[in-house]
Amino acid sequence: MAVKAPAPRPLSPHLQIYRWSWTMAMSVAHRITGSALYGGTVLLTIWLVALASGPGAYASVAWFFGSPIGYLVLFGYTWILMHHMLGGVRHLIWDFGYGMEPTERIWLARMTLIGSSALTILIWAAALLLR
Amino acid sequence: MVDNRADTRVSMRTPLARAKGLGPAGHGAGEWWIHRMTAVSNVPLVIAFVIIVAAVAGRPYADAVRIVSHPLVALPLLLFIVSITNHMRMGVQIIIEDYVHQKGAKIVALMANTFFAVIIAAACIFSILKIGFTAF
Repeated sequence: MAVKAPAPRPLSPHLQIYRWSWTMAMSVAHRITGSALYGGTVLLTIWLVALASGPGAYASVAWFFGSPIGYLVLFGYTWILMHHMLGGVRHLIWDFGYGMEPTERIWLARMTLIGSSALTILIWAAALLLR
Repeated sequence: MVDNRADTRVSMRTPLARAKGLGPAGHGAGEWWIHRMTAVSNVPLVIAFVIIVAAVAGRPYADAVRIVSHPLVALPLLLFIVSITNHMRMGVQIIIEDYVHQKGAKIVALMANTFFAVIIAAACIFSILKIGFTAF
C-alpha cells in the first residue's frame, strides 16, 4: 500500500516578503552593529596590548590605524559604535513604555540613523580640527 | 528583581510558580537586567572611550602611555572594558539562542562566546594595568 505523501504545509512568512520599514531596518541594524562591535573589540585589544608591549609593537599598530585603510576602519567603527549606542538608548526608551506609537517609533528609528551619522561626523571633525 | 507580591488580578500561574517567581525559561530575569544595566553604563563610558582614543591618536608612544596611565583615563577605560565585555557576551548569547538550535553546536557556541569575552576582558585589563603601573 502506497504511503501518501504529507500535504505541503503552509510556511510562516519569511523576511523577504516584508516591505522594509524604518523600524525593521533599524532593528536589523542594531543586531548587525552589535555583532560588528563584538568583533571590533579585537582591534581595541590589539591597540591596548601593543601600547602595553612597548614602542616597537605600538609603532606598527599606530602605522596601521594611521593608514588610509586604518582611517576607513576607524571611521566605520565610530559610526557603528554611535549607531548601536543610539539604538540602545531607543530600546531603553521602549523598555520604559514610551515611544511605541507608530509616528513615535518611526521618528525614533529615523533619529537613530540621522543621530549616529551626525555624531560620527561631529567626532571626526572635532578630532581632526583639534589636532 | 523578583516581584513576589500576591497578584490581585486573575492569573493563570500556579501558586508554586508565583512562589518561585521564575518565567518559562526556568531561571530569573537577572541576565536581562544586567544587559540593561550595562547598556546604561555603556553610554557615558563609550563617550569617555571615544574622547580618550581621539586624544591618543597620532601621538608618539611616550605621550600615549602618559595619557593612558593617568588614573582619570585608566579608570574609565577599565570600567569601559568591564561594561562592554559583559554587555557583548549577553548580546551575542541572545543571537546564538535565536539562530543555533542544534544542542551540541549551541553549547559549543555559548561556551566559545564566554571564552572570547573573558579573553578580551583579561587582555585589555592586564594591558591598562601594566601601562598604568609601569609608566612612571
